[in-house]
Amino acid sequence: MNSIEIKNLSLNFGEVVVLKDLNLTIEKGEFLVLLGASGCGKSTLLNCIAGLLDVTDGQVFINEQNVTWLEPAKRGIGMVFQSYALYPQMTVEGNLSFSLKNAKLAKDEIKKRVKNASEILQIKDLLKRKPAALSGGQRQRVAIGRALVRDVEVFLFDEPLSNLDAKLRTELRVEIKRLHHKLNNTMIYVTHDQIEAMTLANRIAIMRDGLILQLDDPKTIYNFPVNKYVAEFIGSPGMNFLQGNLNNKDAPNFQIDDNFFDLHGYNFEKIVEDKRPVWLGIRPENIIVNDGDKSMPVNFDLVVEIVEPMGADTLVWSHFNGQEFRFIVDGNKAINIGEKINVGFDPSHISIFDFDSEDRL
Amino acid sequence: MLNSSTLKSIEGPRGPKPRKILSRRNIILYGTLIFVAIYYLVPLYVMIVTSLKGMPEIRLGNIFSPPIEVTFEPWVKAWAQACTGLNCDGLSRGFWNSVKITVPSVFVSIVIASINGYALANWRFKGANLFFTILIFGAFIPYQIMIYPLVILLRDLGLYTKLPGLILIHTIFGMPILTLLFRNYFTTIPEELFKAARVDGAGFWGIYFRVMMPMSLPIFAVAIVLQVTGIWNDFLFGVIYTKPENYPMTVQLNNIVNSVQGVKEYNVNMAATLLTGLVPLAIYFISGKLFVRGIAAGAVKG
Repeated sequence: MNSIEIKNLSLNFGEVVVLKDLNLTIEKGEFLVLLGASGCGKSTLLNCIAGLLDVTDGQVFINEQNVTWLEPAKRGIGMVFQSYALYPQMTVEGNLSFSLKNAKLAKDEIKKRVKNASEILQIKDLLKRKPAALSGGQRQRVAIGRALVRDVEVFLFDEPLSNLDAKLRTELRVEIKRLHHKLNNTMIYVTHDQIEAMTLANRIAIMRDGLILQLDDPKTIYNFPVNKYVAEFIGSPGMNFLQGNLNNKDAPNFQIDDNFFDLHGYNFEKIVEDKRPVWLGIRPENIIVNDGDKSMPVNFDLVVEIVEPMGADTLVWSHFNGQEFRFIVDGNKAINIGEKINVGFDPSHISIFDFDSEDRL
Repeated sequence: MLNSSTLKSIEGPRGPKPRKILSRRNIILYGTLIFVAIYYLVPLYVMIVTSLKGMPEIRLGNIFSPPIEVTFEPWVKAWAQACTGLNCDGLSRGFWNSVKITVPSVFVSIVIASINGYALANWRFKGANLFFTILIFGAFIPYQIMIYPLVILLRDLGLYTKLPGLILIHTIFGMPILTLLFRNYFTTIPEELFKAARVDGAGFWGIYFRVMMPMSLPIFAVAIVLQVTGIWNDFLFGVIYTKPENYPMTVQLNNIVNSVQGVKEYNVNMAATLLTGLVPLAIYFISGKLFVRGIAAGAVKG
C-alpha cells in the first residue's frame, strides 16, 4: 500500500518554476530522503506535501486520500523544522499538547499522549521548562515530540539537524533511525547532508532544479550514479573525474593522450560509438596502492603532492596527466610528499559519463 | 630587592588597561549631556516652582526662585474651578473627555492594526501588496486635505461633534503607521513558527491569539506609547470634530491659558499644563518597564 503519492506536481512562484511535473510514490513505512543543494526545490516539495504551499498543478495523495486541497492539520502529517519552531511562551508540555488542544481531545487522552511521547524521547524531566531553557538537542527532541503526539501516519522532517553541532547531529541521527524502527511510520526527510541521507534512507531522491534526478537505495546511488551531478554530490571526498576519449573499436578502452586504460569488466548501459569524449569517474577509496605486485587490471604512476591524515585513513592529493586526482590509503601507511606511487583500480568500480550530456554510459 | 613597580615593568601590561575617568572624551561627552539635560529641565523647573507659588509671590518677578510659601491651591483651582467660557468646573471635565477619547481610540486602533499587520505578514492574500501600498500612502497625505471631507462624512454619519466621531477619526489616522509597525514586527517572527502552528491545527485566530500575540508584547507596548501620547496630545482633531462640552483636555487647557478676561493666573496656568502632561509622562514610565519585560518574555533565540 502506498503511503504518499505525488502526481504531476508543479509549483511556480510567479515566473519562477520551482517544481516541474513531479511524480513520486512512497510506500508505507518507508524512509525517503530528499537530497539536493539549496534551491533545488526539496523543501518546497515537502511544504507541498504538508499543505503549507498551494500547488500550481497536480495532486497529492496521503493514505490513498486526495489531500491536495486539505488544510495541513487535516492531512495526517507531523512536521519537524530546522529552527525547531517551538512556541517560546509555552512550556514543553504546552508545546506538545498545543495540537491536541486544537483538535479538542479529552484531557486524559492529551495527558496520556504527552507522557508517552516524552518517555520515548527522554524529555520527561523537561516538561515544565520553557524552550529558552533548553539546549539545541533538547529543543529538537521536543519538536519531534510535537509531531509524535499527533499519532500521525507520516512524519516530515525539514533539515532537522542542520542547526545542531556535529556531535549532537550524529547522536540525534541515530535516534531518528531508532524512532523509525520503533514506529515504522512513513518518513520524508529533507537534507543537504549526504551522510544523513546515506545513513537514514531506505531510498534517496536526489533533486536538482525542481526535478528528481535519481531515486534509488543509497547503495545504488553511491555505486551507480545516473549522471555526473549525482556522482559529484554523493561521496566525501568526492569522486575523481578524468576527461578523455572512449575508444570502442575492438576492446573498449579510455584514452588520455598517450595513456590507455583497459575498460574490460565495465558494464556499459548504452552502446557507445567509437572515439567519444567522456568523463571517467572513480571514487578515491576504489584506488588501490600497489606494493610492487600490480594486482589490479589498470595501473599507473602518481606523484604525491599533499597528504591529509584523517585518522583511520589518509587522503592523498595528486595529479594525473594534469588533472586533479585523489585517493585514500590506510592511515598507518607512511607516505612522503614527492614520492612516486604506483596505483591501480578495477574497471567494474568506475563510472563513465558522456562529456556533453553528463549521463552515465 | 625588587619593589612592586619594577616588578610590573618586568612583567609588562597585564589585565584590563587602566582608563582615566577625567579623560577629554569623557569631559566632552558628559559635559554636553549634562548641559543639554539642564537646558531642557529648566522650563519644567520654572513651571513646577511657579505652580506652587501664590499670585503675590509671582508678581515679585523672580521666576527661578523657589516658593517661599508652598501652596497647592493653583492645582486645585486648575483641576476643579478654572473657567472656560461658561463652565467653571476646571480641567477635570477635559480630563475625563480625553480619557473617554483616548482609551477606546487606542484600544480599537491597536486591535485593528495588529490584525491587519498579522494578516499582511503571514496570510498573503490576493492584492495584499496593493492594499498595503494604499495604506502606507495614506500616511503621506497631509491632514489639511482630509479635514473638511471628514467633517462632511461625520455629519452624514450623525457623529459630528460627538465623542464616537472623534474616536473614529483617531482610529483611522493611526491605521497606516500602526499597521506598518505590526506588519514589520510580525515578519521578523520566524515563518517556521507560523507553519508549525498551522500543522498543529491552529486557525487564523488561534495563531493570532495563542502564538503571535504572546510573542509580540514589546511591539504592543510601543504601539500603546505611540497612540496614547499621540491621541492625548492631539489638539487639531479635538477642536475641529467636537463641541465645547466634549473638548479634550488639550483644547480646554488652551482655552484656560488664553482666556483674555480677568487677571492672568500664571500659577493656575502652569498647574493646568502640568496636569495635562501627566498622562503621557506616566505612560512613558510604566511602559518602559513593560517594554523591557516584553523583550525578555519574547526571547526566541537561545
